[in-house]
Amino acid sequence: MSELILARIQFASTTIFHFFFVPLSIGLAFLVALMETLYVVKKQEIYKEMSKFWGKFFLINFAVGVVTGIIQEFQFGMNWSDYSRFVGDVFGPPLAIEALLAFFMESTFIGLWIFGWNRLPKKIHLLSIWLVSFGTAISALWILAANSFMQNPVGYTIQNGRAEMNNFLDILTNEKLLVAYPHTIFASLTTAAFLVGGISAWNLLKKRHIEFFKRSAVISLIIGLVSSLGVAFSGHTQAQYLVSEQPMKMAAAEALWEDSGDPASWTVIAGIDTENKDNTFQLDIPYALSFLSYGKFSGDVKGMNTIQEEYEQLYGEGDYIPPVKTTFWSFRIMVAAGGLMILLSFIGLVLHWRQKLPTSTRFLKWMIPAIFLPYIANTSGWIMSEIGRQPWVVNGLMLTSSGVSPSVSSGQILFSLIAFSLIYTLLAIAMVFLFVKVIKKGPYASETGDATVTDPFSTGRVG
Amino acid sequence: MELSELWFVLIGVLFVGFVFLEGFDFGVGMATKFLAKNDMEKRILINTIGPFWDANEVWLLTAGGAMFAAFPHWYATLFSGYYLAFVLLLLALIARGVAFEFRGKHNTANWVKTWDWSIFLGSLLPPFLLGVLFTGLIKGLPIGADMEMNASFFGDLVNVYTVIGGIVFLMLVYLHGLMFISLKTDGDLRERANRAAQKMYLATGIGVVVFVLATAFYTDAFTNRGAILIPLYGVAVVLYLFLYSLLKNKKEGLSFTMTGLILILVTVSFFVVLFPNVMISSIDPSYSISLYDAASGAYSLKVMTIVAGIFVPIVLAYTVWSYYIFRKRVTNNKEHLEY
Ligand code: HDD
Ligand code: HEM
Ligand code: HEM
Repeated sequence: MSELILARIQFASTTIFHFFFVPLSIGLAFLVALMETLYVVKKQEIYKEMSKFWGKFFLINFAVGVVTGIIQEFQFGMNWSDYSRFVGDVFGPPLAIEALLAFFMESTFIGLWIFGWNRLPKKIHLLSIWLVSFGTAISALWILAANSFMQNPVGYTIQNGRAEMNNFLDILTNEKLLVAYPHTIFASLTTAAFLVGGISAWNLLKKRHIEFFKRSAVISLIIGLVSSLGVAFSGHTQAQYLVSEQPMKMAAAEALWEDSGDPASWTVIAGIDTENKDNTFQLDIPYALSFLSYGKFSGDVKGMNTIQEEYEQLYGEGDYIPPVKTTFWSFRIMVAAGGLMILLSFIGLVLHWRQKLPTSTRFLKWMIPAIFLPYIANTSGWIMSEIGRQPWVVNGLMLTSSGVSPSVSSGQILFSLIAFSLIYTLLAIAMVFLFVKVIKKGPYASETGDATVTDPFSTGRVG
Repeated sequence: MELSELWFVLIGVLFVGFVFLEGFDFGVGMATKFLAKNDMEKRILINTIGPFWDANEVWLLTAGGAMFAAFPHWYATLFSGYYLAFVLLLLALIARGVAFEFRGKHNTANWVKTWDWSIFLGSLLPPFLLGVLFTGLIKGLPIGADMEMNASFFGDLVNVYTVIGGIVFLMLVYLHGLMFISLKTDGDLRERANRAAQKMYLATGIGVVVFVLATAFYTDAFTNRGAILIPLYGVAVVLYLFLYSLLKNKKEGLSFTMTGLILILVTVSFFVVLFPNVMISSIDPSYSISLYDAASGAYSLKVMTIVAGIFVPIVLAYTVWSYYIFRKRVTNNKEHLEY
């Protein structure tokens, strides 16, 4: 296989893997901080136990998030050296600033939080977890600023044969960043909310620690509803942004070969024939695409064939159409998952309002597989975003094929790909195993005198 | 001083910070096999670095990020050229990082053993690889006219000189870790750390001397930078001689400072030799990449200088504060190490 293909597989797999853990870290840091705040304000022990119990998942997850992130920091140079040479001037600063502003904060204060339960004043301890939460949110901001430059390059000039930054503010106010950041943060909150919700549901079904898990479930349902609505609305702004700035991606996401005509209808599902550049069948909702794109019931949307012609005039000959099926279906999977999440959290809150939550067996059973919905949506969201941008690595500026390292052989990449995949598989297994173990043990574990809790990291302390 | 030169220095400072701080983490990680006699002692050792190791590792991440931002060509050439070395480094750091968190979460013998080995190898490999990497850098590597490095694994990356560099770096880091242990534990462990350091003393000293001689033999370092290197290594050797009586008299704080200073001096020497290059070509000196060739534009450097100027002091402040919070010794007194 060629270096390019291997490098792409490696980047995609390590990044997707990193992003299994990232949203949970961001979302759960916030939820745990919220629970500890309730403890400090209301002074009820149950909230302390809550932040400790859910904090365990957070810590296990965070550890994997951190180590998978280290690869991310270095692999641009390793596999994409020409890419790094070309954009380092613009793309490097957000990455460096992320490390300085966010990673130091997260890692220092998480140390204080883990080991500080008994040696920090309550309020300082609470402040630590808030700073961790704040750190994860800042980290997301800077990395998305970097990624947004790849989607929509701004604030640069081409000089000395590369992109050089000439306006830092433009990079920070990149329109793509402004729509992607809230979307990602809301997505992260749903990830944590549905994990907490699902695990609570399982325990309620087993009738274990009912009060504890009922309260956890309610907190998670509220956060879940707010954030899944947030994800839908911000997703809508993302789509509107795409229509105007990355029309090719949007047309691919809609399997729209020819111009839509006015008003544009939205395709729910379609049989896509990439060879003949046509759809074998499609199910349309009239007016809907106009509404999604422009917020009104008129206006047409350009099709891929038209845009392809425009791009050939602009950039020279080539195939500028991304993998249509992947883009189309990943978009639909994400949106469907989002819809289900809104529905589930809404039903859950209604049940709670009628005081039926702990006994609604059927609903509780749904909440367990629903843990995976945000993971599916997160992954398909990134796949849509990145695959839909192909063949560009930096939209309109650099092709993915010209970013790859010339001095790295396919054998080397294959070796690292196998090595990373192996270690990642082991990590995933170990992590799921630990999650299950923590779930089975349940909260208040330390009080039941279970001697197996010999964790130096979360219970030992220095001094 | 031009901004590009300032950033060369700053990246040097980040690596120095990393080597000093994560250096003792690595040393402690190695000591979990060499020094600890039982599970309890291992746990104490891990707890001495528990609150710190992640933040210490961020020094490396920041150094990498700063290289990318300030010297894209340096970042690109170095990381793609040293591909396999970095893969190994990453695997080691991954295994070690999760091990701290996972080890105590389940208590079957195999589970604990797996993560113990991860901690040990994950602490042993990185300092060795960093030593190999740094010494390779100052020796010179096959950089072509296109700034790309096509290095052979045996010969260019791994050779007598770089292996000496790796081993000596490893020994210094271990010594540094032992000093940290004697500073942060109590009782038997504290005693044994001191005794182990005394045992290591002669071998490491010889190692340092061999390394300096090898540098004179295998590289142009002394021809080009002798005026700085000779006093610099001179100071390191004097400090090292001084360390002996400190060890004997159990001056733990000062001994730790000494091993730290020596590590710092050795790391600084790499950057002194490199300057003003960032990559030295062994094919043709004119292919060497200077920091001016590698640097980002003036605008980005200015932006980053401002950001660093504001935030580095803040980061340093809370880092120092966190060490202050956890300043006490870790002991196996059940009251203190509840579990
Ligand atoms: C939207 C958020 C987001 C995205 C898109 C990414 N990350 Fe990430 N990253 C985080 C949000 C985050 C985080 C929430 O801050 C993490 C996750 C778990 C953690 O410990 O911090 C993290 C950890 C993390 C670490 C370890 C930090 C430490 O040691 O404390 C590194 C080096 C990176 N990331 C680098 C990257 C790079 C180079 C990415 C791009 C390819 C990337 N991340 C994508
Ligand atoms: C921030 C810097 C990023 C850079 C430089 C970057 C660059 C790239 C590159 C070079 C590829 C391979 C080209 C390709 O085959 O499509 C790619 C693909 C991809 N990236 Fe990004 N990306 C970035 C951020 C992210 C993030 C943060 C995520 C998700 C967490 C992500 C998810 C993906 C996915 C899902 C793919 C598609 C997989 C594929 O290549 O087949 N990307 N990106
Ligand atoms: C409910 C309706 C949703 C809509 C209309 C929507 C819309 C979008 C769009 C248009 C993009 C692509 C942006 C681009 O390619 O430049 C995107 C990306 C993404 N989506 Fe969604 N989304 C929805 C739900 C969700 C849900 C439920 C999640 C996760 C829980 C999610 C997570 C993501 C992620 C992680 C990305 C990639 C990062 C980014 O570009 O922001 N989305 N979304």
